[in-house]
Amino acid sequence: MEALKYKLLVLFLGFTIFCQAQEDGEFLKPETGTFLLQNATLVTVTQGMKENTDLLIVDGLIQRIGKNLASIDAQIIDCTEKFVYPGFIDSGNRLGLVEVSSVAETQDFMEIGNVTPNMQALTAVNPNSVAIPVTRVNGVTSSIALPSGGLFPGTAALIHLNGYTPDQMYGGFKAILLNFPSSARTSTLDNRTDEKVQKEAEEAQQKLDDIWERAVTYQRLKSAGATLDYYPEMEHLSKVIAGEITLLIEVNAAVDIRRAIKWVQDKNVTAILSGVSEGWRIAEEIASSGLSVITGPVLTIPTRQSDRYDAAYTNPGLLAKAGVKVALRTNDAENVRNLPFHAGFAAAYGMGIEEALKAVTIHPAEMFGIADQVGSLEEGKFANLFISDGDPFEPRSQISHLFIKGYKIPMTNRQIRLYQEFNERSPGLEQ
Amino acid sequence: MKYLLNFLLLVVPLFGMAQTKSNDFVIKNGTVLTITNGTLSHTDIWVENGKIKELGPDLKVPANISVVDASDKYIMPGIIDAHSHIALEAINESTSPITAEVWMGDVIDPFDVAIYRALAGGVTVTHAMHGSANAIGGQNVTLKLRYGNSDPLALRMTEAPRTIKFALGENPTRVHGRGKNMQPRSRMGVEAVIRNGFEEALQYKRVWEEYEKAKSQKNSTAVPPAFSLRLETLKDILAGEIIIHCHSYRADEIYMLIQVCREYGIDKIVFSHVNEGFKVAPELAAHTMGASIFSDWWAYKFEVYYSTAYNAAVLTKNGVLTSINSDSGEVIRHLYHEAAKSQRYGGLSDEEALALITINPAKQLGIDPYVGSIEVGKQADLVVFDHHPLSIYAIPQMTFVDGIKYFDRASDEADQRLKINPSELIEPIFLKEHDHNCMQNVDFYFTNFGRNLFEHRH
Repeated sequence: MEALKYKLLVLFLGFTIFCQAQEDGEFLKPETGTFLLQNATLVTVTQGMKENTDLLIVDGLIQRIGKNLASIDAQIIDCTEKFVYPGFIDSGNRLGLVEVSSVAETQDFMEIGNVTPNMQALTAVNPNSVAIPVTRVNGVTSSIALPSGGLFPGTAALIHLNGYTPDQMYGGFKAILLNFPSSARTSTLDNRTDEKVQKEAEEAQQKLDDIWERAVTYQRLKSAGATLDYYPEMEHLSKVIAGEITLLIEVNAAVDIRRAIKWVQDKNVTAILSGVSEGWRIAEEIASSGLSVITGPVLTIPTRQSDRYDAAYTNPGLLAKAGVKVALRTNDAENVRNLPFHAGFAAAYGMGIEEALKAVTIHPAEMFGIADQVGSLEEGKFANLFISDGDPFEPRSQISHLFIKGYKIPMTNRQIRLYQEFNERSPGLEQ
Repeated sequence: MKYLLNFLLLVVPLFGMAQTKSNDFVIKNGTVLTITNGTLSHTDIWVENGKIKELGPDLKVPANISVVDASDKYIMPGIIDAHSHIALEAINESTSPITAEVWMGDVIDPFDVAIYRALAGGVTVTHAMHGSANAIGGQNVTLKLRYGNSDPLALRMTEAPRTIKFALGENPTRVHGRGKNMQPRSRMGVEAVIRNGFEEALQYKRVWEEYEKAKSQKNSTAVPPAFSLRLETLKDILAGEIIIHCHSYRADEIYMLIQVCREYGIDKIVFSHVNEGFKVAPELAAHTMGASIFSDWWAYKFEVYYSTAYNAAVLTKNGVLTSINSDSGEVIRHLYHEAAKSQRYGGLSDEEALALITINPAKQLGIDPYVGSIEVGKQADLVVFDHHPLSIYAIPQMTFVDGIKYFDRASDEADQRLKINPSELIEPIFLKEHDHNCMQNVDFYFTNFGRNLFEHRH
């Protein structure tokens, strides 16, 4: 009886919200509170599947998971025949750093200069980017904002995809990016000669070693208490050397990955490999290095014409099979929403569904040192989760609800509003 | 020695091709997604001389015929990409706002490894298009992906009608207006350039008709007017002999060309990309051969900022003949997945979603009597999948073109190059593909802009 009363109340509330949404000027906002997800199949990632189970969200956190939970003031969401998943994490992209890719005025992911580790991607994240609501309705709740450019392009930052300021979005992990000297061509438009590619890679390696040596000296002086002139680049690199911040090493060609592993091994830093397009060629070596890997996009062409057509699809699976901890990224901007599909392709081409799911949830959470907050459905973690009527990797599945840090996010965005506005146009064809 | 070897590789394709030359076989006991006649389970497809001879359960076939066991497999018609730039050596003849005289059949590259990769994604037909640099671009060519042939024209689908590329909006105005300080500089100019072209063609037609008439007079001294392949082509468009495929994004420019075409009595027009097609869906449904769209690309340039991934759903629900194309050497490899996105965004049925990459593009290319569905008498362009092709876990297993197997996941070698650059001692590694797209060959107009306009160039 009590339950029925609350159900009716919820229905009534739902109805009023629905009515209000139809009024001029009404806007749906993220909503915080207490939410009880009832009778769901929880895909916890770390503790298996839990059927016919409830999940209680209080104060932004998953407060309880269990059977027949009760709550007096909770908004109840019936999840019968639905699945609850932890929010997906995209481990590298430009979401929020660029609005329209070809319009230079909207590009904020790249700075001038070769050594600019002090450039903060978090500063340039636009919390109001139209692409953010477009992204999260597909179950993506978190994302690494990745700068690009020279040798040390800047500092990447983890963001959760809800908030009015970058600081509200910030997810507690930053990493300084190193574009490791590359013997690969950036794209098929890169028409440097073989000699030039090699020469530039060697020069970049010398530059890297030189910069690193200086940063080590800077760190030594700093820890000895020396008064140092303002030197933001060294100040930031010294934090990597002091082990205060992770080094994200972007490296793709097999020979370069091998060199990067060797380079990083005698340095006492926390490092993650990123990109790793040709990881499959030396998967065992990467596994024995103990380094974790962020790879993707999965939906991309092979790096070499002679490669098997599915080299990029199979790369994450081959790395995982060799024992590498793998996280996935789209490396996209406006279409970060496709992360679940990249994961689905990786799953189909050898990674398996369970491992692919980990690669967009608990693995990145562990790599970024935030596994106590996100990456699985566990009591005490942030309520970063979504409700789906099926496997979220499957395009046909529909996601009905999404929570980010306990905020119930409106399942709308400009693309959905355009659909609503134009689907049944009136007037239609007649004048 | 190394050079000699490479030279030999260039001339004689040594690499293992999956194709078998046998044209007659039966695919047994599969789930057949016919597209035009529903889904048939436990069904055999008998292929003879490159065509579908019979379709049904437990077909009586010759005892010695080769058999493909398709139990627990799905078979769909070969995927048709109505907007592609693979297998082409050049894309844009960007020297004039109108270049109707050029034909992509002259620049077919049968050695492009992207052809094999497309086959591995179940694609059997591509519409190899001119780029989008010009308001009226070159004539396109429809290809069947008969990979392994060294004769470029062996890939041409001879049954296909003529088509031509038009382009509206940012690309032609950038190339000609901003790049060369000539019309079109704006969407007004694009309309004017197209109208000028049509009017010149009508004038050309009249002058020739007058000449032909004069010539037939006794003791005629009539001098023939100058022959123009460009105006001949435009004349053929006005006569309804060529299907226009028009690169377009915004509703205003789409509406403009619909109105211009109606004025000139042209109804054979397909709009391509059409990101804002959803805004003028009733007009597209009433007056055109439909829209060939991206599943979800947007925001790579300003004119696609106000896009929606629900485009396929709105267009389909409004009765617009709709297809999903790739315009990319990457996306062409998973068009079945792109079609599946129309289920996430707008809930299209399996039949509607699969039609987006089969019978609908076939109609837009005028080749639906031959391909685009699994029907008796049609060409045996078939793809075998391990799961339903709209599932994310679906992997194409075999692809047949005209009953010849060009892709077999189980037995193909990794390296499928047919041609290797003899001067290339180390194989280059490319981290990104900047190829096969609408604005290829016009880079030189923009190298001085001081910024990379070519992250996305569709």
